[in-house]
Amino acid sequence: MEARILAIKEEALQCLESARTLEEVENIRVRFLGKKGELTQVLRAMGQIPPEERPRIGQLANQVKEVLEKALQQARERVEGQELAFRLEREKIDVTLPGYPLPLGHRHPIYQTLEEIRDIFVGLGFDVVEGPEVEKDYYNFEALNIPKDHPARDMQDSFYITEEILLRTHTSPVQIRVMEERYPEIPIKIIAPGKVYRRDDDATHSPMFFQVEGLLVDRKVTFGELKGTLMTFLKQMFGEGIRVRFRPSYFPFTEPSAEVDMSCVICNGEGCRVCKQTGWLEILGSGMVHPQVLKMAGYDPQEVSGFAFGLGVDRIAMLRYGIDDLRLFYENDHRFLQQF
Amino acid sequence: MRIPYNWLKKYVKVDLPSQELAHLLTMAGLEVEGIEDLSLKCKGVVVGEIRSLEPHPYADRLWVCQVDVGERVIQLVTGAPNVRAGQKVAVALEGARLPDGQEIKRASFRGVVSQGMLCSPQELGLDPGLFSAEEREGIISLPPDSPPGEDISRALGLEDQVLVLELTPNRGDCLSIWGVAREVAALTGAPLCWPHLQLEEEGNIEEWIAVEIESPELCPRYLARVVTGVKVAPSPAWLQGFLRACGLRPINNVVDITNFVMWEMGQPLHAFDYDKLGGKRIIVRTARPGEKIVTLDGEERLLDPSMLVIADEKDPVAVAGVMGGLESEVTFSTCSVLIEAACFDNISIRRTSKRLGLRSEASLRFERGVDVEAVPKAADRAAQLMAQLAGGKVIGGRLDAYPRKFFPVTISLRPERVNELLGTSLPSREIKELLERLHLEVRGEGPFQVKVPSFRRDLKEEADLIEEVARIYGYDRITPTLPGQVTSRPKQTWRQKWEQKGREAAFLAGLSEVVTYSFISPRIWDHLLLPPEHPWRRALKIANPLKEDHSVMRPSLLPGLLQVALRNFNRKVTSLEIYEVGRVFLPREGDLPEEPLRLAGLVMGVRDRAWNRPTPPLDFYYLKGVVENILSRVRCPGVIFEATSSLPFLHPGRAALLEKGEEVLGYLGELHPQVLKNIDLPCRACVFELDWERVGRHSQDYPRHQPLPRYPSVERDLALVVKEEVPARAVEEVIKEAGGDMLWSCRLFDVYRGDPVPPGCKSLAFSLVFRVPHRTLTEEEVNRRMKRIEEELVFRIGASVRR
Repeated sequence: MEARILAIKEEALQCLESARTLEEVENIRVRFLGKKGELTQVLRAMGQIPPEERPRIGQLANQVKEVLEKALQQARERVEGQELAFRLEREKIDVTLPGYPLPLGHRHPIYQTLEEIRDIFVGLGFDVVEGPEVEKDYYNFEALNIPKDHPARDMQDSFYITEEILLRTHTSPVQIRVMEERYPEIPIKIIAPGKVYRRDDDATHSPMFFQVEGLLVDRKVTFGELKGTLMTFLKQMFGEGIRVRFRPSYFPFTEPSAEVDMSCVICNGEGCRVCKQTGWLEILGSGMVHPQVLKMAGYDPQEVSGFAFGLGVDRIAMLRYGIDDLRLFYENDHRFLQQF
Repeated sequence: MRIPYNWLKKYVKVDLPSQELAHLLTMAGLEVEGIEDLSLKCKGVVVGEIRSLEPHPYADRLWVCQVDVGERVIQLVTGAPNVRAGQKVAVALEGARLPDGQEIKRASFRGVVSQGMLCSPQELGLDPGLFSAEEREGIISLPPDSPPGEDISRALGLEDQVLVLELTPNRGDCLSIWGVAREVAALTGAPLCWPHLQLEEEGNIEEWIAVEIESPELCPRYLARVVTGVKVAPSPAWLQGFLRACGLRPINNVVDITNFVMWEMGQPLHAFDYDKLGGKRIIVRTARPGEKIVTLDGEERLLDPSMLVIADEKDPVAVAGVMGGLESEVTFSTCSVLIEAACFDNISIRRTSKRLGLRSEASLRFERGVDVEAVPKAADRAAQLMAQLAGGKVIGGRLDAYPRKFFPVTISLRPERVNELLGTSLPSREIKELLERLHLEVRGEGPFQVKVPSFRRDLKEEADLIEEVARIYGYDRITPTLPGQVTSRPKQTWRQKWEQKGREAAFLAGLSEVVTYSFISPRIWDHLLLPPEHPWRRALKIANPLKEDHSVMRPSLLPGLLQVALRNFNRKVTSLEIYEVGRVFLPREGDLPEEPLRLAGLVMGVRDRAWNRPTPPLDFYYLKGVVENILSRVRCPGVIFEATSSLPFLHPGRAALLEKGEEVLGYLGELHPQVLKNIDLPCRACVFELDWERVGRHSQDYPRHQPLPRYPSVERDLALVVKEEVPARAVEEVIKEAGGDMLWSCRLFDVYRGDPVPPGCKSLAFSLVFRVPHRTLTEEEVNRRMKRIEEELVFRIGASVRR
């Protein structure tokens, strides 16, 4: 009996050693330790051996059982490890193959720029307003101190719907609409982004483009504050390193008026094709609101003053992304759009 | 405005390098666009005088000339038709180099040696427009006083730099060298210097001419002078050189003098051939209906009574302030000249020149306003030069009709207001000093009384003077500060945020944003198969479009998207997923149009192939998924897609209206094959368009939180066979109704056609989830409910359940 038990042990251990899969290990367990297993059979036959032998043989059998169970566990772990290693090897993939192409939308560079500009001004405490794109001559010109036959109308050739209705040539009419609507409230501190239209179509002019208008009306608004606001904006937009200059200009609805130039961001002011070798880029028009304009909108120019500015979004977007042809914005070539 | 720098220096004693002066002017509001170096990029080209000229012995159209080039006489062969003995010409000597790099060598023409070449304006790199037609086709004819041997750049007055000024419309006073000199003096303190004016006069002008102004409101001043005995000839070298530097073509000494004075003083002048003026009368009047005039450019112009003309006793002889008439033009046979120096109403000139489509240097200056007080001086200056350069005798006196006298404006200026508006703290005396530099007379203390000279009519009120102070003080010296104003207004309106949400939702759904023009071609309506009464055909029209293709304000975003699809397809980009958010324009009777916001999209083609699994075709169901994605992102639930054949541009079997309750929010569909054919787009495309603000009214600003389920759910699949024409939504509605509260969700996951499903039928498979909030459902309950659903399906839509 004893020899039989030891023989089973040897055989079982040998079998386990050569087991390669979990299934084989399990089969070995069933063969030796299962309900009808060889060792189990032997133990069942305990009744046939003399009673005085029983404790010793029982002990031996239990030892062997323990040994085998342990060996089974080890075999399982070994086989599992082997199987895992084998699986990992088998499942190796080419990680350099491309990933699945998920849908990927792009935002138009003009709107990305517009939103950036808007967010800077909102941060400076301006609120955002809108006005109609099809506008009355009164708001687009008359109320901005540009009567009929004013030479300044030549600066902005307009698309007309009727004699009194046109496509707005700038976002400035929103100034008037807001002042009329909010009078006598102060302060007014707004920006008005949007599309504007001029009768021009060539490499450097698009018949439709984008502007952002700004207006601050309050007691004792100064030209110094205009300078500070626009310099802050430009530095936030283009970096602390840029230089900004203000030079006198003419707009019928501001007085004093100023054209704002920024050191060329392409050549850093050295002179290049983009800045026409001047080192400076004309970036926006601005000025102190003309007393006549305040008056027309209901405010008393002796009581309040204000500044206004208008900037071209297309130009800023061109500088931001290094685009040299304005027309690309409105062609919407997919190969252009997907760069943004 | 072109200002030759050496000429400017004659009027104001500045000695700055041109770059520095340009910066100074730019920073004072007279923007210098560029500095042009006039010198010719050539070497070895000199003035020559043709001593003698004879036909080439063996060639028909060639001449052999002996030419004095200073120290020697050389022989040249030329084919120029305008070569004459005694003429001054530009000679490229042997070894000379022309601007195009060509080197001149000794050459032989049929046995006759040529020791150089006679040059045309083009060969010297000069603008041919500044030379006569004869010179353009032949050779340059230099002024008679050009000294032989002199370098050509010097002889043509080209040893100079030109400041090209981009002037703002308010600074008409700077449309002259003198005006710019005044600014330079104010900015630098350099002294001004006006050439000496002295006239010798004979006789009395009143015996020569009478002037009458019939429309004084359009002509505040008209002054005439007469010069007789003039010899009309080419101008001397300095004058021709000056004019070319300014961009003007020399014509003859008399005309050149009027142009010179205009450039020098800003006062446009006109010279009439006195003998051509009928009745020896000048009448300034409006044109009579139907009157015509042939202007100097040879065009016949129809006049109308809104236009001011200068007439003799019968006919108009000039369109006042715009252009003279050909009939009374000064020619080489003119003997007596009437010089007109006048001032015309700027608005009238502007309208007339616009209406005639005729802009001239004169009309530009009258539009911007000329100095009415300088009129006599300009006439005198021209008379003086005609005496000097054309040998004329000046008739005594001026005829000066001046019905609208100039009265200087006095503006009150508060020094404290200057500082308040600029944010500066300039002392009063500095403000006064700054204004005086501009020739403004400043009196008084406290508020200054500032008298504005006649040449600065743009200064009308206090703010204008404040700008002058700031300008001369220097904008760059004003300290920037940040305003501290705070408003309680919301920073963005609901509409703005909603627009932004739309842009982002469409972008996140995988579409790319486009921006198209708001104006479209009305031809698109036929392509879109719209019936004649369709409202889009009544879209807002632009009265003066740049082209027919851009002549109508879009009532829909669809045409713009189609344009983009087409352009991309033609550039071989055949797959596209795009959207646009923008306003459309809906006309309203007697008011500005409505400008509602739309969100529209288009897809076509197939997404780039992937190597490991199929990519979806960009078809109806793909785009429907995109739209559902957008609507769900902006929390607009429960939108119904209702089949429609009411949209003529969409495939009648593949189109849906998006409805929410009673409202239509937009459409979705595949483009009609005929439309694709009409617009020449050779692939299917699907589109949608949403009335975005309307969508907004049906959306929740914020989601409402639902507690998470605490009890398990039971899932069942249900496959049924229905007739082909039964829409999936009908089946879903029956399931939901019969499922009641217990049915948590119902999702279609498969559509199958083919064996064993009978022809004309389809199998739809749904995944149902059952759940109640407060307990676990029993198998039995769910079975009963499933049975009810199946019975309803059989009963209501004749479905059969597949097992």
